[in-house]
Amino acid sequence: MIQLPLATSFLQDQNFLDVLYIIAFALFIQGLRGLAGPTTAVRGNRIAAVGMAIAVIATLLSPNEGNWGLIVIGVAIGTAVGVPAARRVKMTAMPQMVALFNGVGGGAVFLIAWAEFRRHGSTYGSHTVTFVSGLGSLTLQGGGVPTYVAIFSVFAAIVGSVSFWGSNIAFGKLQEILPGRPITLGPAQQFVNLVLLLLALAAGIDLVAGAHSELIFIGMLICAALLGNAVVLPIGGADMPVVISLLNAFTGLSAAATGMALDNTALIVAGMIVGASGTILTNLMATAMNRSIPSIVAGGFGGGGVVEGATGAGEHAGTVRSTSAADAAIQLAYASRVVIVPGYGMAVAQAQHAVRELTKELEKRGVEVSYAIHPVAGRMPGHMNVLLAEADVPYDQLREMDDANPEFARTDVSLVIGANDVTNPAAKNTPSSPIYGMPILEVADNRSVIVIKRSMNPGFAGIENELYYDPKTAMLFGDAKSAVSEITAELGQL
Amino acid sequence: MILASILTTNLAILVLAGFVGFVVISKVPNTLHTPLMSGTNAIHGIVVLGGLLVVGLAGNDAFNKVILVIAIAFGTINVVGGFLVTDRMLEMFKTKPKPANADENEKAGKS
Repeated sequence: MIQLPLATSFLQDQNFLDVLYIIAFALFIQGLRGLAGPTTAVRGNRIAAVGMAIAVIATLLSPNEGNWGLIVIGVAIGTAVGVPAARRVKMTAMPQMVALFNGVGGGAVFLIAWAEFRRHGSTYGSHTVTFVSGLGSLTLQGGGVPTYVAIFSVFAAIVGSVSFWGSNIAFGKLQEILPGRPITLGPAQQFVNLVLLLLALAAGIDLVAGAHSELIFIGMLICAALLGNAVVLPIGGADMPVVISLLNAFTGLSAAATGMALDNTALIVAGMIVGASGTILTNLMATAMNRSIPSIVAGGFGGGGVVEGATGAGEHAGTVRSTSAADAAIQLAYASRVVIVPGYGMAVAQAQHAVRELTKELEKRGVEVSYAIHPVAGRMPGHMNVLLAEADVPYDQLREMDDANPEFARTDVSLVIGANDVTNPAAKNTPSSPIYGMPILEVADNRSVIVIKRSMNPGFAGIENELYYDPKTAMLFGDAKSAVSEITAELGQL
Repeated sequence: MILASILTTNLAILVLAGFVGFVVISKVPNTLHTPLMSGTNAIHGIVVLGGLLVVGLAGNDAFNKVILVIAIAFGTINVVGGFLVTDRMLEMFKTKPKPANADENEKAGKS
């Protein structure tokens, strides 16, 4: 919308405000550039936060601003909830925190779209022709909302609602309020999703075409809400990195759409950058799992995978060699290079500090230690890195998969802590395996492998791991944290 | 300004921002993907601006006021929480004051 400069103060001049918005989004971009390295990242985040502050100030200066009491209430509630949550959350709980913050963002988007609809939904679809033909001008503005504004508003409402509910479900699963296993309607699932999507779209088109009914708008929000639930409920825990990235992209895009509808450049740029970021991450995660995004969203890796895994389990008549903490300690102590492969098991057991202690003990003995981290280890992109950083593991010991793999061949011992599918050689060797083709950490290349695991239960993909039957592999059964601490204690006595 | 040109200008900004986003984000290493995610998460909290703008125009519709206050609260949680939590995480990634030989120092100093 075009706002007439009602006030004379230059602070409220629309051009001045637009410049503030431009400064704000420039700061966002500059801030994100800082995230390219650990030394500049903290400053980058703060630069982006300054950009946000400037954008908020610009908005509050706007001549149409009002209802200050409501603004204060809203901001106060948000601060009272957000600040303690962000301060207290444990690093292991970071995926659900991000899911939750993402969800409230999506929630804000669809609520704003709803309020906008209530404000001038009755003018959707009117005066369309005049505006689209390019003859529309400032004087005609009061006559109706341009069609494109209606389209972007409706898009924001649908995507925001999907993102809100989807993120809340993801939060529930990660927080273990909801079961992590896939919850599906079976074969009907995809049909139901499609129907919900079509219903939401149909309602949206109806609204843009000029159905001035709030009931249709609410119906659209409900369809989108059900869709958000229906899409995320069937997705298993191991696919969470993809889902969180995808929902992040959704919220970003819906924010950009809100910006298009409200003619606000800061919103457009910020939303779009988040959309791009979410899309890149989603792609990276899907590639790292050798799966297409549609197949993950269509759901039920658990479903098909478990069945195949069950048949695969019988094929292994091989024996599993189990070891003790004392033996593992000896093996590690006399190695010259050790690679630690952390997985979700380390996060669940909160073992990152114990792992760091073990590393220190090994380094004291002159053992060279590094960490090999698979892109989808854990429940969100980069999850393991955050945990290890929390435990003060130096950044330069963390190796990404492509850098880590060539090094396994000259590694004496690799210590796999609660990681499963990302080390499974079946991804390389067994074309019939559901994970065939997925890039893995090639721990089988090195001289010996110690796997810390609670039991022989297969991982989330439900597939038996051939690595465990390899003669050079020794299994150390137990909780990751206590097992690692025991090894450290044994090392101390050597 | 003519409306059609507002649309096209904004579309141009949208498209360019998409490309800028791809270029900038592609440079972020895997290691920093969680902070990236929570940082971009905080940035999309910018929808709070939408709430702030619309609430000024909300008029006297009580229901509108309620949903907008919720929207502003949600957006604020998103922004404030997102930036704080990202800051906390990134502080941990910061290279400690004594980087390469930190471990040697600790060896000598501790037990």
